[in-house]
This record gives sequence, structure tokens and C-alpha cells, in this order.
Amino acid sequence: MAAGSTYEPIATTTLGSTAASYTFSSIPSTYTDLILVVRAALNAAGDIYVQFNGDTATNYSITTLYGTGSAAGSTRFSSQTQALIAYYGNLTSTLGNTNQIVQIQNYANTTTNKTFISRGNNAGSGLDANVGLWRSTAAINSIKLNNSSTTFSVGSTFTLYGIAAA
Amino acid sequence: MLNVISGLLAGGVAASTNSYESIATVTVGTAQSTISFTSIPSTYKHLQVRGLTRGTDASNGGVAVYMRLNGDTASNYSNHGLDAFQGASANTEAFGNANTTYGLNFYQPSAGNTASIFAGGVTDILDYQNTNKYKTTRSLGGYDMNGSTSGYNYIGIYSGSWRNTAAVTQIDLICSAGSFDTYSKFALYGIKG
Repeated sequence: MAAGSTYEPIATTTLGSTAASYTFSSIPSTYTDLILVVRAALNAAGDIYVQFNGDTATNYSITTLYGTGSAAGSTRFSSQTQALIAYYGNLTSTLGNTNQIVQIQNYANTTTNKTFISRGNNAGSGLDANVGLWRSTAAINSIKLNNSSTTFSVGSTFTLYGIAAA
Repeated sequence: MLNVISGLLAGGVAASTNSYESIATVTVGTAQSTISFTSIPSTYKHLQVRGLTRGTDASNGGVAVYMRLNGDTASNYSNHGLDAFQGASANTEAFGNANTTYGLNFYQPSAGNTASIFAGGVTDILDYQNTNKYKTTRSLGGYDMNGSTSGYNYIGIYSGSWRNTAAVTQIDLICSAGSFDTYSKFALYGIKG
């Protein structure tokens, strides 16, 4: 039997001033999966990353499948201090040109490492499908969004949803 | 659903999330080769299957998660995929399979791969209760093992077709080799339209 509505917004923000990063903190453990939706821009085109629970050690890795507009390819990054959530589908300096959606499943379990899958879409440069790994069995209680440029632009929107299973 | 939400956010309008409901969840306690959702109600517009899985097979090359609908074991399925499997070599491939006896959702690690790493996968079954259309599915899934070259790091997107106009009332998720390991989980959700 259905357990009722389960796709709930946990928090959302629209930046009123530029910011070097943005953090969702005190994420409740009451859901099964998390969905992070990014609609943002940077002061110059660049990459966007996540870090969990303030972990800045080399515990992140990612495998990406991308399209550049003329070719498909793939690559991977191992033992990183943060994880890309998009590659060719990364951010531009214009709001509205890109989106990134990250799915973090079983984020609150304390038995397994954390796998997350994401899609990045950039109307100008390409798109990608990605899978990331955070080598930690800790429950995720914060997500920090970083970038390879200087700041996220005013008007950037970050939204975190929770999905609960029956 | 996510595209809709993204579009709504782009328009500055809060997403409505009261149309996404949990139907059932299975968490594997003892390894099992097939996980079934039965008696699926017809009260939704679309279905979504969310999996976090790992196999027991001794191999390390990636074990597929197959899907059958309404118990149909005939050659009524087809699929296309675009995926990357990064191991000792870097590979990107596009493929298609016609007249198969199952659909393909995503690939998962198994006993031959690094321990405690599971694949994440999301599959949408669109218009599942419509009796005038064949059924179309789409999936995103994969797993990363911090660059391990013992096997592959997988990510892929897949589309599938079930050439049948019957309403979907049963979903079987099948491990292509061995069984789904302990702690694997599948959750079924309904999306209203």
C-alpha cells in the first residue's frame, strides 16, 4: 500500500549575494534518498563539486559518461578531496543555461559506502551521466557545494529533497 | 519528475511534491536472485524503481539488473544503452538489443569487486497503466570503485521497450548472475498525473 506523499523539500535557497560555497546542514535522517537540484551560475564557467559531512580527505571518486556535442566519451577521477557532479554539463556564467541533479541513495545507512548518481546538462557545451563514491559508512548529515571558480552568482538556486520509502 | 521539478524551479515556482508516493520497498536480508513487486495499483501515471544493489556472483565485470514486466518471459523486450566502463582500459559504448526476454536497468558490482560498494539506479516506467501503448522505460545507474582496475567502474543510461499494451501490474528485478546481496534494496514509487 502507498505510504502517502514522500517527495518532500528539505531546504531551498536562492543566493541574494555571491557565495564561495553553499552548505545544507543538519540534514534529517528520516528519508531514504536525497535529491539535490542545482540551478546556478558562476562568475566564470567552471565545475561544481560536493563534499559530505565536512570530509576534505581524498575519499571521493567519480566515473563520468559525457557528450560534448560532437562525440561521446568517458573518464574517471580517483582519490579526490571532493566529487564532481557534472563534467561537460557543468556551470556557466549565465543563470538558466545549466542544471545538475544528484541522487544520493540510502544516505543515512551506516553499513555501506555512499554511491550517488548525477546528471549534468549544459545547453552550450554538453551533458553527462555520473556516478560518484564517498568512501565512508557515516550517515550523510551535510552537503557542501563547492566550485572551481570564485563564487556562485546571485540568483543561484540549490534545493534538497528527501524521499521516504514504504 | 526531476525534469519537471527542474523546470518549475527555473520558472521560480515551488515544485509540487505531493504526487510522488511510496508503494513498496524490499531490502534483501538473505541473498535472492529475483525481487518482485506484485499487485501494483493502477492509480498512478508513472512508476519509478529506485535501486541500491550489489550481486553475489564471484565475477568482477559488472552484473546486470534485468527487469521483466507482468511475468512475461517471451522475447518482447528491447533496449538501447550508452555507457562507460572504466577499468584497466577506458571504454565508452553504445549498443542495442532486440527481442530479448528481459529489459536492462543498470549494472552493479558483485563479489569479485571492492567490498561495501553498491550500484545506484533509477528506472522510470512511463504510462504504465495505459492499455493503448507499448511500455517505455528509461534508466540511469552505475557504480564507482575509486578507480579500481579489478573490474570496471560503470555508469550508463538505458532505454527499453516492452511490446505489450497490458497495464503493468508486476515488476520482477532479476540479477543476471548470482543473487542480489544482503543490504541490496529496491523501492517502488508511483507518480500521479
